[in-house]
Amino acid sequence: MVDAVLFELLHTEMVAELWAPDSDLDPGPGVSAGRGGRGQRTSLQVLEGVGFRVGQALGERLPREMLAFREELDVLKFLCKDLWGAVFQKQMDSLRTNHQGTYILQDSSFPLLVHVGSGLQYLEEAPKFLAFTCGLLRGTLSTLGIKSLVSASVAALPACKFQVVIERS
Amino acid sequence: MAVCVAVIAKENYPLYIRSVPTENELKFHYMVHTSLDVVDEKISAMGKALVDQRELYLGLLYPTEDYKVYGYVTNSKVKFVMVVDSSNTALRDNEIRSMFRKLHNSYTDVMCNPFYNPGDRIQSRQRVEGQVSSLNWTVSLCRAFDSMVTSMMIQVC
Repeated sequence: MVDAVLFELLHTEMVAELWAPDSDLDPGPGVSAGRGGRGQRTSLQVLEGVGFRVGQALGERLPREMLAFREELDVLKFLCKDLWGAVFQKQMDSLRTNHQGTYILQDSSFPLLVHVGSGLQYLEEAPKFLAFTCGLLRGTLSTLGIKSLVSASVAALPACKFQVVIERS
Repeated sequence: MAVCVAVIAKENYPLYIRSVPTENELKFHYMVHTSLDVVDEKISAMGKALVDQRELYLGLLYPTEDYKVYGYVTNSKVKFVMVVDSSNTALRDNEIRSMFRKLHNSYTDVMCNPFYNPGDRIQSRQRVEGQVSSLNWTVSLCRAFDSMVTSMMIQVC
């Protein structure tokens, strides 16, 4: 029952901890500023890596009682319903696809962003709260046999979109 | 009474293989290896069939004169293969299914272990100096997996 709260607090602390040394530097995608730009990107990568490992474990544990997936769309539906339900206690609001391997998952009230703010305030801070979840999606997909690239975008808090691009070999 | 239990990764290399120590363990290894073909056949057959649902339990793969080989595939394409002795009274399907379910649960626990890297062998003995504290977790969880497999070999569960 308290799992959700604990996870949110842990996540907030993770983001804060990874950003602490860089808090006074300009949070841009700067390549020029030596440690600043690199430190930020490393922090995002670390968060995404953590999310990836968690996603791998969840990808093994959650589909346990379910029957085998028939196709990619089933896997994405599993992500939207079961994974989101288990981690965030709600389902994804919409799933769109272009049938060419790109999927857009939309969440109109993302639980990790709800407490950050609403509207356009703190828009620049939003990406760091989404890195873990991008890794989570990528990890779960990788356990289920799908290599992908996941990115997230925010137009206005707390709504956000995750874009999953499946790599076809 | 399972005689040999194997966990095969997605890329068809063994993550864990253990057999009751008898004269030639290699025979069991070979049987598991040949059963992989049958597993692949069953998976692709199920994929093409117009059945709505696909089961994880694959059933009897092939019988030999002394042994029967059963298979199970997870959603992450990790395969479990179990070789049982034919001589004792035929184990019911339910019992085999429950054995596979326990195996799947134990495997999931190993996967959730943060010190286990997916794709590594599931070993329960690590003698590396200097990193004892983190490896203790790996050892204890793999030992749990090991002891679960041992209990399956001693009695049907």
